[in-house]
Amino acid sequence: MPQIHADSPSHDEPHAVPLRILFAVFIALLFFTFLTVAVTWVDLGSLNLWIALAVAVIKAAMVCLYFMHLRWDSPFNGFIITISFIFVALFIGLALLDSVEYQPNYQKPSIATDTGGG
Amino acid sequence: MSATPQSIPTDIFGKPVNPQKGDSYLTHDRGILSWLLTLDHKRIGLMYMVVILASFLLGGIFAIVLRTMLAMPGANQANHASYTDEQLAQISVNNDFYNQAFTLHGAVMVFMFIIPAIPAILGNFVLPMMLGAKDVAFPKLNLLSYYCWVGGGLFFVWVLGKGILNTIFPGMVEFWGSGGLDTGWTFYTPYSTSTGTAATAAVAGVFILGFSSILTGVNFIATIHTLRPKDMGWFQMPLFVWGLYATAIMQVLATPVLAITLMLLLAERMLGIGIFDPALGGDPVLFQHFFWFYSHPAVYIMIVPAMGIISEIMSVFSRKRIFGYAFIACSSVCIAIIAFIVWGHHMFTSGQSDLLNAIFSFLTMSVAIPSAIKIFNWLATMYKGAIVLETPMLYAMGFIWLFTIGGLTGVYLAALSIDMHVHDTYFIVAHFHYVMVGSMMFGLLAGMSYWWPKMFGKMYHEGWSKVAAILIFAGFNLTFFIQFIAGSLGMPRRYATYPPEFAIYHHISTLGSYILATGLFIVLGVWIHSLVRGRPAPANPWGANSLEWHTKSPPLHANFEKTPLATDPYDFDDWRWDENVGGYVMNENTHHEEKTAQTK
Amino acid sequence: MSTANANHAQHSEDVRQPQLAHHFDTLEQQYSSAKLGMWAFLATEILMFGGLFCAYAVYRGTHPEVFLYAHHFLNTFWGAFNTVVLLASSLTMAWGVRAAQLGNKPLLVLMLLLTLVGGCSFMVVKYIEYSDKWEHVSHHGSGSFSLFAGSRNAFYTEEGEFTDPTAVGQAVRYGESKQHHDEHAIAHTNQAGDLHDAPAKTLEHQSKHATEQGHQIVDATAAKTLDFKSVQTRPMPTDRSDIRRPAPAPQGLSEAFEHIGGIPAPYETLADAGTGHSVVTWEDLDDRQQGLVSQFFQIYFMMTGLHGLHVLIGMGLITWIMIRALRGAFGPSYYTPVDLVGLYWHLVDLIWIFLFPLLYLIH
Repeated sequence: MPQIHADSPSHDEPHAVPLRILFAVFIALLFFTFLTVAVTWVDLGSLNLWIALAVAVIKAAMVCLYFMHLRWDSPFNGFIITISFIFVALFIGLALLDSVEYQPNYQKPSIATDTGGG
Repeated sequence: MSATPQSIPTDIFGKPVNPQKGDSYLTHDRGILSWLLTLDHKRIGLMYMVVILASFLLGGIFAIVLRTMLAMPGANQANHASYTDEQLAQISVNNDFYNQAFTLHGAVMVFMFIIPAIPAILGNFVLPMMLGAKDVAFPKLNLLSYYCWVGGGLFFVWVLGKGILNTIFPGMVEFWGSGGLDTGWTFYTPYSTSTGTAATAAVAGVFILGFSSILTGVNFIATIHTLRPKDMGWFQMPLFVWGLYATAIMQVLATPVLAITLMLLLAERMLGIGIFDPALGGDPVLFQHFFWFYSHPAVYIMIVPAMGIISEIMSVFSRKRIFGYAFIACSSVCIAIIAFIVWGHHMFTSGQSDLLNAIFSFLTMSVAIPSAIKIFNWLATMYKGAIVLETPMLYAMGFIWLFTIGGLTGVYLAALSIDMHVHDTYFIVAHFHYVMVGSMMFGLLAGMSYWWPKMFGKMYHEGWSKVAAILIFAGFNLTFFIQFIAGSLGMPRRYATYPPEFAIYHHISTLGSYILATGLFIVLGVWIHSLVRGRPAPANPWGANSLEWHTKSPPLHANFEKTPLATDPYDFDDWRWDENVGGYVMNENTHHEEKTAQTK
Repeated sequence: MSTANANHAQHSEDVRQPQLAHHFDTLEQQYSSAKLGMWAFLATEILMFGGLFCAYAVYRGTHPEVFLYAHHFLNTFWGAFNTVVLLASSLTMAWGVRAAQLGNKPLLVLMLLLTLVGGCSFMVVKYIEYSDKWEHVSHHGSGSFSLFAGSRNAFYTEEGEFTDPTAVGQAVRYGESKQHHDEHAIAHTNQAGDLHDAPAKTLEHQSKHATEQGHQIVDATAAKTLDFKSVQTRPMPTDRSDIRRPAPAPQGLSEAFEHIGGIPAPYETLADAGTGHSVVTWEDLDDRQQGLVSQFFQIYFMMTGLHGLHVLIGMGLITWIMIRALRGAFGPSYYTPVDLVGLYWHLVDLIWIFLFPLLYLIH
């Protein structure tokens, strides 16, 4: 039978997350939400996007680790989720790299329409 | 083999078992509902077998139809102006029919045969037994995935079939409405967003089929992780399990991207949004990125499990331990990962940027490394082995031929300058038929003939099945090798007609396809004959040592009498040939000693 | 990881718990494989949303101004509000799982109920936002960035618009599809007229090959030679140079969006109004960019729509386990469904964590 240890750091048994951790994470998430909104009040150029993404990644990591128990779970489950994020990044990265490369040609067609056939 | 074996079933020790008391999974429950609602992985595997082979037949019939239409250049060609309007209209109908027929052939073969066949039939049947387990991790999900397949598949075939029938019997459109699909299996936009055929419904069908694939993948991953015997480590698993594991990774990570692609395509057609449609400012090349992010891994979903089967068979029929086990196992996973970063090689001529073309060209060539590792290890396994040329081994050796040709032409095509020249010609057609069809079909046939005695408890006619294997090999090469030549001379794919100078290539190709079809029908005949008249199969006809051979043929409902202990799948020393049984038997004493020694 | 234990299984055969399926040996094994399966499923969800994020990244990467302009129509307050709501419901869900683990049935039911309330309020806010956005995009019709259909009509509605071969090719193919599929809401009128006969069909076949080559929307030559016989009798070249004509640069896109007018963004309502930032206005966008504004909303609706669908599914699942919890199905020894539904709900939250800054907080 799975044993419940409210505060045990044990890795194999199902783990009931202590309430204070849950609330601490929740407060932190609220803080980061505020932070990500606040960052848009300052103009940091392209840095804004990266800050927003970094904050989102931190928030996601907190949700995964504590709300979704990954911290106490089998490491392989964490591996699955990491892999899926890496593949999404690969997908977006390569597709984006490509569009950014060819879009300039695509957007500025030589409007001399019919002569373009040859 | 020449001895006259007993005609009663035996267990793994060669002792006769009473068929009445056998209670195999085939006879465990009776009645149609006990099949349709079964949660037994073996029965689900057999149900998959029926529907997937039926789609293979359907796709195959259309392959023959296409080859027959292409046998004569003039059949669909309006090459002089003297045709009457009626004749021209007829040609136009023929061309429509051709477009729909090649789409049906391609889409049914890809989505309903090649992708699901090995994981769904053989994977379902064999995987839990190879792990000594009673079932897959989620039996209900397994059944759900089967019904996703059947639902999506029947709908898809219905939609496509209506279109075909409407071209033949124009009146029927009043009766059941329009249908059909003429986009090819790739659904490229913007054609697919504007075609008058029933792309919307067809896409919905494929969408549902995709869920079947996802569920199977999730199921296999969980099964392999949690249902292994405790004394079976990762590197003691049979290589087929490794192949299925790599496949499951791809099914889980790639198929959802197909789902979202098709969902966006549906939204384009139904709501008129324009993510992909250039007429709305969308980007059709983006669609190709989306599509191939799934569909390139899908190509490896087709081939990697077949490679797993070949690894099993190579070792068993060379009577020799597999060479380079860890390399073969890791190369499967390696292929699965690289599969995700080579999709752009489908888009070299699509307007993809030069930078990406170069990157993808390089990455594509790197797939050759893990593939070659497998080929060399198989050859090294055969080297100085006691090769037994049974049917599964014939197919496996055929696989090595076809995959080598298909794989090497793949490297050839990865080179940008060559691909620019032969893209969308018959060279491509020949290449992917060698890899996807030749290799995968040979893998499936090898696996089917290898596990057939286990699945049905019946042996098949060895002579005829060898004849069929040779005919299929010859027919396949005749059909497709010639297409490399036609393609390199500039014969474009997907055309209903061609100039006379290509006639000779098409004649030969069509002839080859008839031989190929003959061979496949002989296989069907051999299987039916086996079911009706075959002699009872021994528990272990080939002397293999993976766990599925450690139980009766056909297996019990619960697979094993006792939960078996892990064995070394490539150590064949415990089994000896028994003339009377007509198969390999295990010495009962060694078995028991082993068992008690390990349990203490 | 693999906890199969043959002996244990034999001995415990007669005392198997009702929740333990026949092919598992212990509840731990069953629990860990269910959890692994769920994580693998969550990975598929992430990859599926990944596709939409990819579309988003590509259009934002290539047209940042369009996104900057268009996102002003989204209400940051409601977005942030919904973020907080979802985070709170995630907290109650995690609390609920804890209650199930500790066998506290009333607390579990209460927490599930609170989570459900969170889901409901999220959907209500979404409804408010959607109806607001819908009004924007549908009321201004062709006078602005009409969300659906409008821009395609640019090709087909007015006679005499077919000035370039691209448009003619589209119209021919479109006319063909129109014959079979009147139900499609893609466009409302079809002026392709007498192109509706057999030649169109053949042309469609001819041009299809060309379209698959990429950006080359339609073979310009083929589009001009509408005479059926001349198309058909074009000799099939063995020399590829004739089949593969160099693709002309895509044309006609800017013309297509030419007549689409603009409405100014409602800056009075913007959260950052008065902060002195330079804001992109409709006039700052060139013709093509103005046409692409609808792209942002299409992506917005697809992303939030799919996410909303997941919220609804999650709410259904929570209702289901709440009913089971009321019947006392869960306890410290068996709470797998609660845990799995919890994981699903957290994933929904996770996706929103990314959606919120990307859609509402573009800077």
